[in-house]
Amino acid sequence: MSGIDGKTAANLQKIANEIRKDIIRMTNRAGSGHPGGALGMADVLTALYFHILRHDPKRPDWPERDRLILSNGHICPVLYASLARSGYFPAEELVTLRQFGSRLQGHPERGHLPGIESASGPLGAGLAQAVGLALAAKADGAEWRPYCLTSDGEHDAGPHWEAVLFAGSRGIGNLTMLVDRNSIQLDGPTEKIMPLEPLAEKYRAFGWNVTEIDGHDFSQVIGACEGARAVADRPTAVICRTVLGKGVSFMENDHRWHGQAPNDEQAAQALRELAPNPPSPSSDEGAHANR
Amino acid sequence: MAVQLDRKGGKKAIRTGFGEGLLMAAERDPSVVGLCADVTDSVGMGGLRDRYPERFVQMGVHEQLMVAVAAGMALAGKRPFAASYAVFSPGRSWEAVRTNVCLNDAPVRVVGSHAGVSVGPDGASHQALEDIAIMRSLPNMTVVVPCDATEARKAALALAELDSPSYLRLARPKTEIITGEETPFRIGRAETFRDGRDCAIIACGLMVPVALRAADELSSEGLECRVINCHTIKPIDRETVLSAAETCGRIVTCEEHQVAGGLGSAVAEIVVEANPVPMAMVGVRDRFGQSGRDSELLKEYGLDVEDIKKAVRKICSK
Repeated sequence: MSGIDGKTAANLQKIANEIRKDIIRMTNRAGSGHPGGALGMADVLTALYFHILRHDPKRPDWPERDRLILSNGHICPVLYASLARSGYFPAEELVTLRQFGSRLQGHPERGHLPGIESASGPLGAGLAQAVGLALAAKADGAEWRPYCLTSDGEHDAGPHWEAVLFAGSRGIGNLTMLVDRNSIQLDGPTEKIMPLEPLAEKYRAFGWNVTEIDGHDFSQVIGACEGARAVADRPTAVICRTVLGKGVSFMENDHRWHGQAPNDEQAAQALRELAPNPPSPSSDEGAHANR
Repeated sequence: MAVQLDRKGGKKAIRTGFGEGLLMAAERDPSVVGLCADVTDSVGMGGLRDRYPERFVQMGVHEQLMVAVAAGMALAGKRPFAASYAVFSPGRSWEAVRTNVCLNDAPVRVVGSHAGVSVGPDGASHQALEDIAIMRSLPNMTVVVPCDATEARKAALALAELDSPSYLRLARPKTEIITGEETPFRIGRAETFRDGRDCAIIACGLMVPVALRAADELSSEGLECRVINCHTIKPIDRETVLSAAETCGRIVTCEEHQVAGGLGSAVAEIVVEANPVPMAMVGVRDRFGQSGRDSELLKEYGLDVEDIKKAVRKICSK
């Protein structure tokens, strides 16, 4: 695994912290939404949008861009914040989340907001669509790659496994999937509601290349995605062990924060916990493009 | 003004016509691709598979996957046709049609073959009678039900060029060919196949030739019916429907589908608001199908020439 230097990691950490604060402010203002999974995936999304993905926020329709499908659409606050912080749209718009007339719909919708590649929300539907993107890219001999983010809870859904079976059997090597393995779903722990372990072995049995990482370690997230590019004959599953609600003490690992917004007091507390960071890494330096 | 039909007879399955059209579309446009869920030859996709294997995706028995994969391909610039039996897709795949296809406005062509009781011996589980209803209720969706093999071929070619989601409904048995090369076909425009002023019969799919026979026979009883081939159920040709309501004052709809939510409902939605003339609907009345020969089943479910004649006579006696 190739690493990243300390400076890069520190910068990514700053950005992720800003994104976490955005998530708190957005869901607090909306009075609803899903902060837990969003906070838990802030580091993975930061690594993707600020280091891994080949994209250009000023050209959201650039044909050669990598495509990110957020299959677990309910954690979209982290996607919206990542898009805004990388320059797709003004960060001021984030607080309109879930409001009437907002481009920031309760679950992602294509065509409203630059950078959103697909509608999602009904669980288990994203991987299949990413497979379709992968097939099209392959057929065209294109360099761009689809990335699919999934939750562990949505592994209960049959359509997801249809895509796992298909992608593994067809050796779709230009596909990278990252699993948010926080081991929590809406009603409680995944291993109690619908056990998934041994998850990595399941993927291997279906013909996938599998990497298990700490989803809060930027070096590991980046290394796993680079590793996936080097495996041409199999799709890659990166199982990211994450902490639901990461960064906010009273939310961490508590399934009640899957789909509950913080009230004003809770939001203030959360923002205090997320505060002791240097000033904002600011999006006003211009769009962040990885090419 | 009615379109001149060349009814020389001759029979071919509507699904076969689709397969021919798909192959022609693929020859014209390299971005046309086919996906199928393990019923490739039965839905007429064998030609594409054999001619352009690199543009055919065998999905296995995965209808939900097939539709979502097609959505991904469409968003990356391909022109996918995703085919199975209508009970499975859009039956089982409907939620993927809604989320991945329609909500994204992804130009996927969902092809549902073996629709209706005319599937025959396979029985109720394999006879889709609800697919028009579930597809025409989706925003962004176009719904096309061709009346014969020739029209199915034209529909495949036309849908290949459509840049929004669509559903093409096909039938299994060999049925009468009533349209020719010159018969006009445009998505969204219903064609008048026979003129008359006593009653309008608006039909789709394999009920169109049945409606024409009924109209011919009614003519000898002194009732002149206008027969309209309403192959596009969504967006429906409002102008042609309202002109029929105005001129004929009575409408009978015919479809191999539940009357709930199908062509008759689509026509009624227009008529009741704009010009509420008496209507009758020939279709399946809240029942599942069963095994039998297609002709036996069409009769059992009230989809025969006699059923249409009865409906017209009744509505004209009012």
